[in-house]
Amino acid sequence: MTSAQLEVLLQTLIAGVLLGGLYALIGIGMTLIMGVMKIINLAHGELMMVAMYIAYLLFSLFHLDPYLSVFIAAPLLFLLGMAIQKFLINPVLKVESILPENQVILTVGLGMVLANLATILFTSDYLSTPVEYATKAWYLSDFWRSSPIELSLSYAWSVSFLIAVVITLCLGFFLAKTDLGKSIRATAQDSEAALLMGVNVDRVRAITFGLGSGLVGAAGCLFIPIYYLYPDLGGQFTLIAFVITILGGLGSTVGAIIGGIVLGVFESLTATYIGMGWAPVGRFIIFVAVLIFLPGGIASLLQRKRFGR
Amino acid sequence: MKRYLPFVILTFLVLLPLAGLSTYAMHILILVIMWSVIGMAWNLLGGYCGQVSFGHAAFFGVGAYTSGILYQKLGISAWWGIPLSIIVVAAFALVIGFICLRLRGPFFALATLAVGVILRVSAENLTGLTQGDLGIMIRTRTWVGKTWYFYIILALAAVTFFLVRKTIDSKLGYYFVAIREDQDAAESLGIPATLYKTIALCISGVLTGMAGAFYMNYMGYIDPKVVFALHDISIVTIMVVMVGGAATYWGPIIGSVIMVLLAELIRSIPVLGVAYQTLFGILLIVIIIFLPNGIAGDWPKLKRLFGLRGAS
Repeated sequence: MTSAQLEVLLQTLIAGVLLGGLYALIGIGMTLIMGVMKIINLAHGELMMVAMYIAYLLFSLFHLDPYLSVFIAAPLLFLLGMAIQKFLINPVLKVESILPENQVILTVGLGMVLANLATILFTSDYLSTPVEYATKAWYLSDFWRSSPIELSLSYAWSVSFLIAVVITLCLGFFLAKTDLGKSIRATAQDSEAALLMGVNVDRVRAITFGLGSGLVGAAGCLFIPIYYLYPDLGGQFTLIAFVITILGGLGSTVGAIIGGIVLGVFESLTATYIGMGWAPVGRFIIFVAVLIFLPGGIASLLQRKRFGR
Repeated sequence: MKRYLPFVILTFLVLLPLAGLSTYAMHILILVIMWSVIGMAWNLLGGYCGQVSFGHAAFFGVGAYTSGILYQKLGISAWWGIPLSIIVVAAFALVIGFICLRLRGPFFALATLAVGVILRVSAENLTGLTQGDLGIMIRTRTWVGKTWYFYIILALAAVTFFLVRKTIDSKLGYYFVAIREDQDAAESLGIPATLYKTIALCISGVLTGMAGAFYMNYMGYIDPKVVFALHDISIVTIMVVMVGGAATYWGPIIGSVIMVLLAELIRSIPVLGVAYQTLFGILLIVIIIFLPNGIAGDWPKLKRLFGLRGAS
């Protein structure tokens, strides 16, 4: 392998890990909702799109840095998520019908409405927030003069990655240590037992949906400095979130983090060595391979290790 | 009377072109019938067997591309696509079934959704085979008028209707419903669930694929974004069945009449035209919350509702 090839490979891996950190944040939101409520939120990507438009508006109206808009967009999305759970999903859960997948179809309808409303309000133009640090980067040769290869690390990507890691750590602490976090985990394990132990399951569900939406909202704000924005972007991120969830194991937060990074690296490798347009196919290959060879996802591997089997 | 209703409606539809309808009315009729074919096919898998598919555009698109590639690459009439798509789509459905049917409920739904997206991306990228985003166009259409297209899709719809009905009335149908109601219980009674789910998927896929092949011939132009569309094909298919009523014979037909007319109506109003997906989405949400079994399924409920209003 020549040094040029090594350079490309290392650069691809760096880009993949950075992308994976953001993917993990999207995936955790979905896996939380799936674990606690046993429903799949197919409007997940659309919620992210809403958060991105909030960040875009804040940037274009008040020149607020997209990274700071996390503190506004994520709470707003949290409230939106709780409202969706309370006024749309809960009534459907109570309705008797032949098809149990009604909630999934409901979230699809919701996603359609959100995407279409965004098209009407903002037109389908591609938008972005032109921040001045978007094109800056650290170069390896700045630190190590005689380095044989040249690698770069974009400011915006690495800041997004770091914030994603911080948010993930806070979430991990919240789930592991606080009462509310413990109730969420208890509801995910067995909602009836949790109810008997005095957990207000309805409230926990609403909070979880809000939390999942808030997380994907934060991810949206982190994506906007490095990505562009258009109303139909939601669908592809819903699929990404879903592939991560399957890859990581349903309802497993650690699995979602690892799954996100694996997917990020894999996608970036596909984009470099096969072609940009094929990245979604790479996702599907992972998805199929996981279903056939590792139906429990990464979570089942972790469990196997823990029990020494 | 009720037994002869399908024949009465079929005879009526056969005689309808003699009335000399306008080209536009014929176009709408053809669309309604095509959507009811897709809806009935989806209903067999989703309504009766309980496997909700979000990716019927995949079968539709494979059927359409079978037809299109025959015309484009081999230079034979695209109509051969309809018989040939039976084989191609059945083989494709077997592969998809092998992978996706090991999943249950919502996960199957998501897997099929992914299949639809993957096929769209593949069709966009495999430019050698599918012409990519350029699409495939039939340069000389078989007929200028719509009458023959109407009879062909009507025949397809009639075959679909009776095939679905025969399947559901046979033992197979009872297996399907048993799997929908409780897969574990069905398996414990000795029904090989995976086998019957695969059968349902194959029948459903083949019927949808034939509708796709017809679409290629009728519209004369396809590209990946049209035939593998998530919202415009897969979701509309689900809506057709949900609005009309899942697991009913007439549901998909009622649903396709309502959906096609509604779509035409909304798109013809200038201000509302851009918001038609919003309105569809809201309609879907309302239907799921208030009429979860669709118009045909909740007919007694609807009748009571309007009956009460009439009385007061």
